[in-house]
Amino acid sequence: MNILKFITAGNVDDGKSTLIGRLLYDSDSIHTDQLGILKNQQDKSENNIDLSLITDGLRAERAQGITIDVAYKYFSTVNRKFIIADAPGHEQYTRNMITGASTSDLIIILIDARKGITAQTKRHASIGSLMGIKKAVIAVNKIDLTGFSESIFNEIRNQFEEMRRELFYDEVFYIPVSALQGDNVVQNSVNTSWYKGQTLIKTLETVEIGSPSENPSRFQVQWIIRPKTEEYHDYRGFAGQVQSGKYTTGDTVKILPSGFETVIEKLEKNQQEIRSAGAGENVVLHLRDAIDISRGDSIVMSGQEPSGKNELKAWICWLDSTPLQQHKTYTLQHRFRNVRVRVTAIDRGWNVNDWKFQDVSEIGMNDIAQISLKSGDLLFTDAFRHNPGTGCAILIDDTNYNTVGALMFLE
Amino acid sequence: MKQHPLNYLNQLEEEAVYILRETAAQFEKPALLFSGGKDSILLVHLALKAFRPGKFPFPLVHIDTGHNFPETLEFRDTLASETGERLIIGSVEDSISRYNLKETAGRFPSRNALQTYTLLDIIKEHGFDACIGGARRDEEKARAKERIFSVRDDFGQWDPKLQRPELWNLFNGRVDKGCNVRVFPISNWTELDVWNYIHSRNIKLPQLYFSHDRECIVHNGRYIATSSFTKPVPGDEVVVARVRYRTVGDMTCTAAIPSESSTVPEIISDIMQTRISERGETRLDDQLSEAAMEDRKKQGYF
Repeated sequence: MNILKFITAGNVDDGKSTLIGRLLYDSDSIHTDQLGILKNQQDKSENNIDLSLITDGLRAERAQGITIDVAYKYFSTVNRKFIIADAPGHEQYTRNMITGASTSDLIIILIDARKGITAQTKRHASIGSLMGIKKAVIAVNKIDLTGFSESIFNEIRNQFEEMRRELFYDEVFYIPVSALQGDNVVQNSVNTSWYKGQTLIKTLETVEIGSPSENPSRFQVQWIIRPKTEEYHDYRGFAGQVQSGKYTTGDTVKILPSGFETVIEKLEKNQQEIRSAGAGENVVLHLRDAIDISRGDSIVMSGQEPSGKNELKAWICWLDSTPLQQHKTYTLQHRFRNVRVRVTAIDRGWNVNDWKFQDVSEIGMNDIAQISLKSGDLLFTDAFRHNPGTGCAILIDDTNYNTVGALMFLE
Repeated sequence: MKQHPLNYLNQLEEEAVYILRETAAQFEKPALLFSGGKDSILLVHLALKAFRPGKFPFPLVHIDTGHNFPETLEFRDTLASETGERLIIGSVEDSISRYNLKETAGRFPSRNALQTYTLLDIIKEHGFDACIGGARRDEEKARAKERIFSVRDDFGQWDPKLQRPELWNLFNGRVDKGCNVRVFPISNWTELDVWNYIHSRNIKLPQLYFSHDRECIVHNGRYIATSSFTKPVPGDEVVVARVRYRTVGDMTCTAAIPSESSTVPEIISDIMQTRISERGETRLDDQLSEAAMEDRKKQGYF
């Protein structure tokens, strides 16, 4: 049993909140006292539970009936634990969707069967792909309102199949659903006998996730353990999370940026010695030579070093209400390494609705573009598309410390 | 070839260890808020994984409401001495006399709101720039929206509409002097995850969590332990019941639940069957209004 993190993209109008409510309700993940509160919130005369109210957490959201921010919801089946990033779908909340997408393995894109593919579908699909999500579920919702029409479903599928050629999804699942009635969400629907695929929940339970193991080894020093006690007088362990690849005792590694070469003498996890560690694991590395190493330094396999760069090209999603200022100095946080950078050029803007590049002179909130950066110190990045863990960074405004940009390196 | 994803409890543990180390590295004076409940005991356990054989790079801070269960305090002191970590205790009683605060009215008053004063004082006194807490997003719907690094202003206030975007697992803990960050390493754990983890890692908990005999006042169907803070009055139904606690807060406002479950697996099986949330079942103070938690958090609560 492992964890699947997914994001749901769509508006209240598409039935997004209802779909999440349905998943939680049908998987028995809603507590009765929380349901009681929901009933209180509604017109007392109504007996039906509005499933969409389950997901809206803040008073302002309930009052306005919209999702403002990303809310995280949890449920599990015997096969998997699920974490839902419930993000708002409107264009003015693109940055919230980007936030939710950044931690997701899969995206559910909701399409109203009666409306078909819209500009919003294109926006959600491209953001998910841009943020590195590899799996997509196209939930063709309100299929009941089309009389469970197979031809409408097929038409949407064919259209999206055509579109996805421009995107980077590995796998796309198409499911006709009615979030309101429950068709094909948890139970197979008798109304769509023409549909031979799995229900939504079954798809979520069985979709394969994981990162390719052939990526080069990447590790940044997050924290240095130095007890300085009698018992551990000489103990100096470099703690961090393996980003990709594999580390094994005896490996020859290179420290960046210093360039020194040494050997992994010992690997530890929870104070137990282990032979090797892979992506996602927090380990403590012990090196043969006493080299000066600080937080943010990289320890990579010799022969697999990324090149150090001063000038970089990246996708940027702008998250702040103050637009990007060219030539202003920002702090770039690349995992545990902070460097000072300037944006030297806005290369081209990306229109998320029609998927076309265009010339832009300014980048404001929710805008997506490709930019050129110059950095004061060397950065050791990988292309986001190949190695997301070392291919992403955030941009911080030094005047108010806000996180203003999400960066995905092109190289 | 794909790498096999980690077991989900390992995944949650890896995430929490990562967040704890990140907190230690990014802040000058972090603190771990220790309530004595299972979630904060879990945090101490995860901190051992993150920092041993070194010492914790932060003290444990307990806000003592004055209404704690004696078992909680005893467990706290034992844990502090066993780990050898520093323990700082803030007293809500002191805040009450210092600020001339009024106790909440009612038979089963909660000092939840009052403890915010003590917490903010302790933060100021010690100059803590980060406070690690055991809150989880599944507990309550205001918490479902909170970041893992949650920025609070000079007054400890949370503004849910002005939260920093939090992308990937890149945490931005930079704040102006005076502001501080609340860090929630077990945000993504559910109550069931916590218990499954406690089971799989064999973590010791206070006896309160397991079935025992206790004298209780039965009030509106809830079992409130009798104590010097909650004395029965004429007309009360007082019983000795077989109970356990699902959450551990103040004696005055935490209800016990009738239960025969005396082992962790039995409790796990109870939780899997229950249809009531843990706060809903046991906290008298969260039921005042739908946005009770949102309002407390805005004012500086965890």
